[in-house]
Amino acid sequence: MATSVAHTSAPTHHHYTTLGLDSRKVAIWAFIGSECMLFVSLISTYLIYKGRSVIGPFPHESWTDPSTGQVLKPILNIPVTSASTFVLLMSSLFMVLALAAVQNKELPKRTRGERILGNSKLWLFMTALAGTIFLSFQAFEFTSFVHEGLSIRRNLFGSTFFTLTGFHGAHVTAGVLWLVTLLAIDYRRGLGSRDSLLVDICALYWHFVDVVWIVIFTLVYLLR
Amino acid sequence: MATTAIRTPAYGAEYPGEHGGLYSWLATVDHKRIGILYLYTALGFFIFGGLEAVVIRAQLGAPNQHLVSAEFYNQLFTMHGTTMIFLAIMPLSSAFFNFLIPLQIGARDVAFPRLNAFSYWVYLFGGLFITLPIFFAVAPNGGWFGYAPLTTKAYSPGLNIDFWVIGLQILGVSSLAAAFNFLTTIINLRAPGMTLMRMPMFTWMAFVVQVLLVLAFPVITIALVFLLFDRFFGTNFYNTVSAGADPLLWQHLFWIFGHPEVYILVLPAFGLVSEVIPVYSRKPLFGYPVMVYSGILIAVLGFGVWAHHMFAVGMGPIADTFFGLTTMLIAIPTGVKIFNWIATMAQGAVRYTTAMLFGVSLVGLFTIGGISGIMHSSPPADLQQTDTYFIVAHFHYVLFGGSIMGIFAGIYHYFPKITGRMLDEKLGKWHFWLMFIAMNLTFFPMHFSGMLGMPRRIYTYDAGQGWDLYNAMSTIGAMIFPIAMLFFIYNFFKSRRSGEIAGSNPWGAGTLEWSIPSPPPEYNFAKIPTVTTRYPLWEGKEPDHESARINAQEGKTPHELGIIIPYSTMKPLLVAAGLIIMFCGLIWSHVLLAVGAGTLILSLYSWLLSPLEPEHS
Amino acid sequence: MNVPDSAEAALHAPTGEVEHSHPTWSIYWKVATILTIITVAEVWAYYIPSFVASRGFVPTLLILSALKFTIVVMFYMHLKYDHRIFRVLFTGPLLIAALTLLALMFLFGHLYIKVM
Ligand code: HEM
Ligand SMILES: [Cu+2]
Repeated sequence: MATSVAHTSAPTHHHYTTLGLDSRKVAIWAFIGSECMLFVSLISTYLIYKGRSVIGPFPHESWTDPSTGQVLKPILNIPVTSASTFVLLMSSLFMVLALAAVQNKELPKRTRGERILGNSKLWLFMTALAGTIFLSFQAFEFTSFVHEGLSIRRNLFGSTFFTLTGFHGAHVTAGVLWLVTLLAIDYRRGLGSRDSLLVDICALYWHFVDVVWIVIFTLVYLLR
Repeated sequence: MATTAIRTPAYGAEYPGEHGGLYSWLATVDHKRIGILYLYTALGFFIFGGLEAVVIRAQLGAPNQHLVSAEFYNQLFTMHGTTMIFLAIMPLSSAFFNFLIPLQIGARDVAFPRLNAFSYWVYLFGGLFITLPIFFAVAPNGGWFGYAPLTTKAYSPGLNIDFWVIGLQILGVSSLAAAFNFLTTIINLRAPGMTLMRMPMFTWMAFVVQVLLVLAFPVITIALVFLLFDRFFGTNFYNTVSAGADPLLWQHLFWIFGHPEVYILVLPAFGLVSEVIPVYSRKPLFGYPVMVYSGILIAVLGFGVWAHHMFAVGMGPIADTFFGLTTMLIAIPTGVKIFNWIATMAQGAVRYTTAMLFGVSLVGLFTIGGISGIMHSSPPADLQQTDTYFIVAHFHYVLFGGSIMGIFAGIYHYFPKITGRMLDEKLGKWHFWLMFIAMNLTFFPMHFSGMLGMPRRIYTYDAGQGWDLYNAMSTIGAMIFPIAMLFFIYNFFKSRRSGEIAGSNPWGAGTLEWSIPSPPPEYNFAKIPTVTTRYPLWEGKEPDHESARINAQEGKTPHELGIIIPYSTMKPLLVAAGLIIMFCGLIWSHVLLAVGAGTLILSLYSWLLSPLEPEHS
Repeated sequence: MNVPDSAEAALHAPTGEVEHSHPTWSIYWKVATILTIITVAEVWAYYIPSFVASRGFVPTLLILSALKFTIVVMFYMHLKYDHRIFRVLFTGPLLIAALTLLALMFLFGHLYIKVM
């Protein structure tokens, strides 16, 4: 199975570049570096305010409303979020497969397996689908939280939680739009190995959004 | 005009046909034209911010004055600071980044020409957005650092802070987009042989600044998002009243951005002066590698000193000691630069042109500001100085004496390259000396009024506290600035039309930008040069004769040379407009919000799906 | 003037092993499996009360999360195989971001309580 990945950072157009790399790829990495600071600001604030909310609901502890005596259970739903985390992880796998498929578009495909692996439309679609499923999980989570009494205005936890995960969700949304755009291009004119950079930079963004979730999942959901 | 062999340096005439007229400016993606747009716009804002300062000083000229109300005074000092930092100094630096980086590294344009245009339009619209409210007396009024919870709805219910939060958010988009662009350009578009250690010092400092921007702006973005959410959606990030929010959260986030920001403001000027001083001393920059490393060190350390702005809030001995120490440390690489400039001048054949005068004055004035900085790097000393006019003196010595003086050095030095004509030296010297006197007369007495306890940001004061004389001096000084600027403006427009023709290298400089005609042709370099030294025009050991000859030729069109030029397009402008309309919608109406978002997405798609330039034939 | 420019040379050097060690299809599957296993372990740990109460819980989860982070960045984002400049562009900011986070935790009194 010689589906080795071709080097995708060479400029796809005729301009000379110093490092022989495509500028878009340099830029996307710079962007990702910048995003580290963005998410660290959000995560820091979440952690700074952790355990400082004056009223519930709380993420991991239950809370009794002193005025009504009503008990609010810990609000985070670990099984559901574990499932959505798994979906997002899988999306990263689909994404690398999509990239590999585009890069190896011109290679001959002999077996059925090779044809499936080489189907860039399939993998782009699967990635976008997984992203959408993740977003649906998030929509479900947000609405059920609101039903249980946690709004973005409720307490420090609500403000920081919705803003942090909401920012991540917005990034996933942008990523899904990007993937769908690539998919549309693939349908209209077919993505070939000379387009692999287009998929490569999208993939880098997508994986980055995934690693941010890895961090959020641990810091927000698992650590008490 | 037709009799002279040298073309009219006016830009309009430079590119015939489709390149003339208003459309050519709205649709330009040429880094040099965008640089010029930045220059004009930022100078405009600089003058506006300066006028605000004149009113401030008029109000403070004598005790118990009531020229403006306390409320309007708040708007004046807030907008003065915000304007100077975000709308004047940063974009003036951007003007030079745009104009110079590609020329200095031997590139035909920046990495993403359309993104570059986008950055400019967002800056222009954002600048107007945050500036216009002052004409309706609803300008931001929470200080340039907008401390929350003061700026939350509970304490600032009006629209004022809304303009500030949203305005800065918009300007952040512009700065970040530009930073990714320049960073990529410097990494990836250097001419063959232009190694990192051969890059002109301005480009090096620009490089460091882009790194700072890329890392510091996301933090303020988030801090502003919190404030925006608090104000518009009722979240609790800065709600110290009922939700238990921490009053220091904003301060920390702001200064994590804020201290790198001060280096974002001054390093470009350092870079310009590092070009100016060697040229007029006819000596290569002394200790080039040390200059590079000190720049990098400043950038790294710059992220570890922020809390020196917060010594007064009681962070405890460990934090105070740590941030005091790192602040003292960062003065070392800063000081190293000073010594390098002095050593560059030592035994050089120094010519005191206007550019050089501005450059040398930076060395002296910035040192004064650096020294007062080291004074308040010590927490106990700072407790006496913080929030007094002593701080105002400090940051004006570094920002005016540093950034502004350096930028004017750059303007006098590069005007010939930008326009093809020389600025008048005699008027220039008038400008310099008036500015120099005004600067010191205004800001030096503030050290004393500050030490005598005069707080910042008071709109008036009682007589008999020993502050009167110093304030009168500051006010007189401030009144001299407009006169100095009149000399500059007159000189600028007069020289632009009828200044002496410059030629490609009027100062006998050594870096690549001076190897091509002034103003440079659209494509900059007819043939991309191969670089072998730091000052190719001075010491070319194996001079690249071939490209030098070709590049010195004037008047060839890109077509004749077979050079591909990106299409002009207004799409970046449309995207920027969509962005601004969207943000306006946040304040005024949801319809506007939807219209803006729609415009943004549609024009963004249309931009991304259209080719940058004609296909290679 | 022509100081040998080691930083530059290093930037230009195509990472040595580029040509023969690209991650392949099979590596991608393995990576996905490892990521899944780690995730299962993390969630599992969350449901063991005695472990959650122990001192080892927080560090273990942080390490596991960092491991996943690294694996994705190295293999899925090809940082292990790609040009050096990308590593610089990513790890530099990541380092500053991490240090900022630690400093903030300390300044707001969390690090002290949680770690010590
Ligand atoms: C030698 C290097 C420097 C040191 C040691 C230093 C130190 C400090 C310290 C400790 C403060 C806080 C004072 C207080 O609020 O109590 C401060 C304020 C300030 N510094 Fe510097 N500084 C240095 C260079 C610069 C540079 C290069 C700039 C800008 C170009 C700058 C701009 C400012 C500004 C704008 C403020 C005031 C911010 C505000 O409160 O509005 N400083 N400096
Ligand atoms: Cu500072």
